[in-house]
Amino acid sequence: MTTIVVVVTRSPGWEAFKAYFFNWDYYRESFPEILDAFWVNVKLFCLAEVIILPAALLLAVLRSLPGPVFFPIRALAIVYADLFRGMPTILVIFMLGFGMPALGLSWIPDSQFFWAVVSLTLVYTAYVSEVYRAGIESVHSSQTAAARSLGLSHGQALRFVVLPQAVRRVIPPLLNDFIGLQKDTALVGTLGVVEAFRQAQIDQAATFNGTYYLVAATLFVAITIPLARFTDWLVARDRRRQQAGRLA
Amino acid sequence: MTGDALLMEGVHKSFGKLEVLRGIDLSLDEHDVVCLIGASGSGKSTLLRCVNLLEQIEAGRIVIGGEDVTRRGVDVNRVRREIGIVFQAFNLFPHMSVLDNVTLAPRKARARPRAEATAEADRLLLRFGLADKRDEYPDRLSGGQQQRVAIVRALAMQPRLLLLDEVTSALDPELVAEVLDVIRELAGGGMTMLIATHEMGFARDVASRVCFLHEGRILEQGSPEEIFGSPREERTRQFLQRIVAAGRL
Repeated sequence: MTTIVVVVTRSPGWEAFKAYFFNWDYYRESFPEILDAFWVNVKLFCLAEVIILPAALLLAVLRSLPGPVFFPIRALAIVYADLFRGMPTILVIFMLGFGMPALGLSWIPDSQFFWAVVSLTLVYTAYVSEVYRAGIESVHSSQTAAARSLGLSHGQALRFVVLPQAVRRVIPPLLNDFIGLQKDTALVGTLGVVEAFRQAQIDQAATFNGTYYLVAATLFVAITIPLARFTDWLVARDRRRQQAGRLA
Repeated sequence: MTGDALLMEGVHKSFGKLEVLRGIDLSLDEHDVVCLIGASGSGKSTLLRCVNLLEQIEAGRIVIGGEDVTRRGVDVNRVRREIGIVFQAFNLFPHMSVLDNVTLAPRKARARPRAEATAEADRLLLRFGLADKRDEYPDRLSGGQQQRVAIVRALAMQPRLLLLDEVTSALDPELVAEVLDVIRELAGGGMTMLIATHEMGFARDVASRVCFLHEGRILEQGSPEEIFGSPREERTRQFLQRIVAAGRL
């Protein structure tokens, strides 16, 4: 660590680098404006997450439906998940954000904010459904057998026995994906939606100083670090509980 | 023997190429307590899971209370509500209190009001010495207590037939008795039971009939005196000798 600090601060371009990224006057001056823009990011990830959590759960449940009757539904769910996990998020945002309004259909919203939420939701629902699915599969089949043996239907067994256990187990990875979503809201700036990163770019273009990026970075980190610590705490708590359960 | 409680005729079940049940014929009357004995892998558990429709059979039929439950289009949930099963590994729901474990199925599968289901659960928990555990989570209970809760959970559905799948095999030796006592009490109360067990002493005490399973067939059945006292089949004798040698009889 010390070596890195020494190498970086002794580098020939260090003075220029410092002047470009660490101008405290610009930092203070631009902070309120970029904070304002950051609320757009907050709105984006909150709105998207509220849709993603239930939609992904639904998708995971659809993929777990048994029997040949539900094959078409399972197949559709798999195609969707494969497609949107495979595509780079920025491509989805570009295609929907520029493509859909360009159709010129009056009943299709032309707000790029709207399509940004749709894109992020589509991509992250695919990811998050995999997390839920792993959770569902981690609940031992004997739990389902016990529930079904009592006369509960497949749906009831899922709802009252499997899902409560599955969701509890995947809360840490869910929060992890939520952090990923928060950061990916910066991609929406490419559509011209003025969020924190886009605002920083605008400011940079005016002064040719990069400190604004540091402001945006600060804001993202300020919100993800507490969430990361909270996730760690949850994992540690679960581990303690499991050990207590085993010892009892 | 009319088989008015349970009748199995020519039941076959395979897992892939492995034929686990090769033609099971078995009948139980109301209030019968039938013990299934036999080596591990002889098909005892599979037989019970077939009766509960947790496994689909390939041939034969199973008739419960006069109704063929293996015909097409049977509502399996309705059938299962009438048949309780208790598993070797308890399979309690770890995220629910004892009370919720017991009342879940009556409330959701029988649509009984919570107050009514709770009252019935409390009555059963009291009867089996678990009243003080009603708000505990399964993790906090001993194996014997967990298995008694699992029995109570099955009884709360008021089944007409109770299936017990080696319910003491996962227990520490000193916890076996409390679970067997519960089953004895149920037998005394007239509960119709089909019990897979390795506890030969218990089978001799409690069973009205003992069936010896060997390689997916019922090789021999009779009263406990007949099976344990003078088995006709060489295989049965060999099996019982091994059990005696292991100090389990």
